[in-house]
Amino acid sequence: MEHKIRVLVAKPGLDGHDRGAKVVARALRDAGMEVVYTGLHQTAEMIVEAAIQEDVDVIGLSLLSGAHMTLFIDVADLLKKKNIDDVIVVGGGIIPEEDVPKLKKAGIAGVFGPGTPCDDIVDFIKKNVKR
Amino acid sequence: MFEKKELEKIKRERARWEKTCYLRLKNKYPERKEKFENLSDVEIKNVYGPDDISNLDYLKDFGFPGVYPFLRGIHATKYRGRLWTYRQFSGFGSAEETNLRYKYLLDHGETGLSVAFDYPTLYGYDTDHPMSRGEFGKCGVAISSLKDMEILFDGIPIDKVTTSMTINGPASIVWGFYIAMAENRGIDRRIIGGTIQNDILKEYIAQKSFIFPPEPSMRLIVDTFEFGYKEIPRWNTISISGYHIREAGSTAIQELAFTLGDGLEYVRWAVKRGLNIDNFAPRLSFFFNSHNDFFEEIAKYRAARRIWARKMKELGAKKSRSLLMRFHTQTAGCTLTAQQPEINITRVTLQGLAAVLGGTQSLHTNSMDEALALPSEKAARIALRTQQIIAEESGVTDTVDPLGGSYYIEWLTDKMEEETYKYFDRVDKLGGVIPAIEKGFYQREIAKAAYKYQKEIDEKRRIIVGVNKYKMDEPIEIPILKMDEKGEQRQINRLKKLRKERNKQKLNRNLNRLKKAAEGDENLMPFILDCVHSYATLGETCQVFRNVFGEYEEPVIY
Amino acid sequence: MKDISSKVIEGDPRAIARLITLAENNDPSAANAMKEIHPYTGRAHVIGITGVMGSGKSTLFSELTRVFRKKGKKVGIIAIDPTSPFSGGALLGDRIRMMELAMDEGVFIRSLGTRGMLGGLASSVYDVVEIFDASGKDIIFVETVGVGQAEVDVIKIADTILVIIVPGLGDSIQTLKAGIMEIADIYVVNKADRDGVEQTVAEIQSLVDITCSDKNRKTPILQTVANDKKGIVELVNEIENYKKLLEKTKKLDAHRRQRYEAELIEIIRKRLMNFIFDESKFKDKVESLINQISRKEVDPYTAAEEILGKILK
Repeated sequence: MEHKIRVLVAKPGLDGHDRGAKVVARALRDAGMEVVYTGLHQTAEMIVEAAIQEDVDVIGLSLLSGAHMTLFIDVADLLKKKNIDDVIVVGGGIIPEEDVPKLKKAGIAGVFGPGTPCDDIVDFIKKNVKR
Repeated sequence: MFEKKELEKIKRERARWEKTCYLRLKNKYPERKEKFENLSDVEIKNVYGPDDISNLDYLKDFGFPGVYPFLRGIHATKYRGRLWTYRQFSGFGSAEETNLRYKYLLDHGETGLSVAFDYPTLYGYDTDHPMSRGEFGKCGVAISSLKDMEILFDGIPIDKVTTSMTINGPASIVWGFYIAMAENRGIDRRIIGGTIQNDILKEYIAQKSFIFPPEPSMRLIVDTFEFGYKEIPRWNTISISGYHIREAGSTAIQELAFTLGDGLEYVRWAVKRGLNIDNFAPRLSFFFNSHNDFFEEIAKYRAARRIWARKMKELGAKKSRSLLMRFHTQTAGCTLTAQQPEINITRVTLQGLAAVLGGTQSLHTNSMDEALALPSEKAARIALRTQQIIAEESGVTDTVDPLGGSYYIEWLTDKMEEETYKYFDRVDKLGGVIPAIEKGFYQREIAKAAYKYQKEIDEKRRIIVGVNKYKMDEPIEIPILKMDEKGEQRQINRLKKLRKERNKQKLNRNLNRLKKAAEGDENLMPFILDCVHSYATLGETCQVFRNVFGEYEEPVIY
Repeated sequence: MKDISSKVIEGDPRAIARLITLAENNDPSAANAMKEIHPYTGRAHVIGITGVMGSGKSTLFSELTRVFRKKGKKVGIIAIDPTSPFSGGALLGDRIRMMELAMDEGVFIRSLGTRGMLGGLASSVYDVVEIFDASGKDIIFVETVGVGQAEVDVIKIADTILVIIVPGLGDSIQTLKAGIMEIADIYVVNKADRDGVEQTVAEIQSLVDITCSDKNRKTPILQTVANDKKGIVELVNEIENYKKLLEKTKKLDAHRRQRYEAELIEIIRKRLMNFIFDESKFKDKVESLINQISRKEVDPYTAAEEILGKILK
């Protein structure tokens, strides 16, 4: 049995800063995961459809434009609507501490702001994947 | 540079010194690292001396300030004559809110304005476009029409202060808003001054807020060059940028090489169109990052001046003013931390100082809450004060190019210039700037450098105070900017009203004329201005271009 | 509760995706489902696409898919990227251009890592083809890794192979490894609005003249400008005509036989390796034999014969 953790790294909305997303993707790859990168300007529908087809364990959302309360929660809500409960959603970017509780309540399992070592993200994923 | 016999004596003495004093001490107390490398992987020696710069000639390679090759500065008096402009990049929410922030900053001593737009505006979408969902005002001010621009600058003397606007894809249109706003206030277009960033090549390379494909984008840019030197002579129609390339993770040398390479590409396109290089070149400006390695950054700015002057001469520029690399600097946002944010003030101070010692024409210093949210009033004020302290209290402005002649700085400047030419060659071999972009050359170099940097931090080979050393677990206690929640609805209502009240016939006629012009090869600025004056929104005008030029999809580089 | 194979046959995307994962992971539960769906396979036209980076493959894919969709065909796309031999992880970036395309319910895109397989394919690609086929896809694109002499395994799986070239990328046809050039059923010169296209076509033509052994059909060379949607309809027509020709000449059966052979070998290989190296009662024996070899107590051949002897008993 060779279950590899599959992660979808996505950039929702208009934010074009992809340095972090690409660095995290490489770090996850180096940790043995298969990382599907969606590219820029994704809607929640595109992200969730990709997550379904790629049968990922994790959706990683990267956003630095401040629109996370709308766009991250859109993704979490859509997963709920489609009864997808075996995928965890994590997020990173510029996210003020005070927004984190609301995001977690909406279904974002982990929020990794600036300065997070890549290993922390890897460890969190390994500990929390549902399959 | 030095007399041959003296040089030989120095070289011999260095050899002796290395074998005895240096090695003796090093063996007893090892150095902190095996090898000292700067952020561009250049190995840094223990100590630099005349023997390291002996091949350089003062008059040919340095010159005095204000004289070719302008290594030591583009002005003979520099800060002795006039300090750099304090130009703080700023914008959030609706035009009303940002207008207040601009007035605050001007009251506190800012000397130039700089507009940050929100993502929908950067992409040429109005606030009520579906793609704008959740993004209104979050990372800059929302400007959807001439009306918004008028509110943004209400009560601000734009005939006395210059404005820089960080806008790229729809730059020509937003510039149109500004020009029209000035004209509506009775201000002669020939006296308004400012800059539009308008640098699409770096969007493809790093920042990624492009809209149209390269060819039509370059056409729009050359249109602005032409319109600029003919009609708005005090305006810098481009700010050729390395800031974003650096923020995306490149090294300093890559920042230098890719930026200047982009600049030369713009020059080539304009010359190809038939414009006289000495007409538009004086209004080309640059925008660099100021990152952590203090001396490397200073060397970078100096190298940039010399390389630009030399290459522009090669390209046929005859006037002295066409050779001047004038630049704005912003301290590196990506180096600022969410942990212990107050200490970002210290980082910004060092980075700001480097930019000043490098001779920047204008400067933006980041706020300490950079990694958390948009700047609060207090944080923005402290950032401004940082510049004012450097200017008024440190004494570094009393002489021009104070670090000129430093063995280390001159060696490093020269080294960076050498590496830059190597990059120019590599890009040439790939067929030029745009083929290199499509092959993903820049993007790959940048992603590699970014990953390497992060690995060094994760493995503690590179220390970031507060992040991987001297950590503290304490809640963040600085004020975070809160925006007006009603701003978005206000904006949407304004748009609705505008669409209802304007003369639709006139508008449609102008949009149609714009479409035809876009399909041809006339200069588009006058047509854009007509649309702007008839209150076309940003989205409507941009849509004409989207329809004619198409939208660009970046190559799949992973 | 419907089981996974029924859902796959109905075309349920989540079932399709899940079965692919189970097959990829060599999950024991996959085998039954694969057996149950097999009778529903055989219809799909499998098209392998290979070409250098920068050849505009992704855009070409998207445009081809759009045209096939207009004709009412369902499309499955398998995008393969190399798995890192050091970490076992992979960056799968082929979806980037096709995110919006995948929203069409008649399009399904799956990214696979090679997971140690050489030859340009992924170990599970046969399973994915079967799953796509059984779920009703009419066209299955297999996009392979890179272009090189070693990456020709696509011939084992595809009914039709497209090789994409671009003019003036700096590699002339001569320098492209001969192996990859010879496997083409259709050559596509993309970005044909660029300088040098005539020369590129001429170079391919002379290669075709030398190497093409089929007297009935000289490998055609089509030109496309995928960014402008030019030449796509012609390419689709050529693909469909070629399929008809394959059926007429029974060459399709020969291709399919080749695929089944490769598939059979792959299933056996995986099961065998799994058995030897993963099943606990064997794993310990294997570990101890490797240690013995390291201590020079036994040679590799003898060790292998010992393991095989135990299995074949």
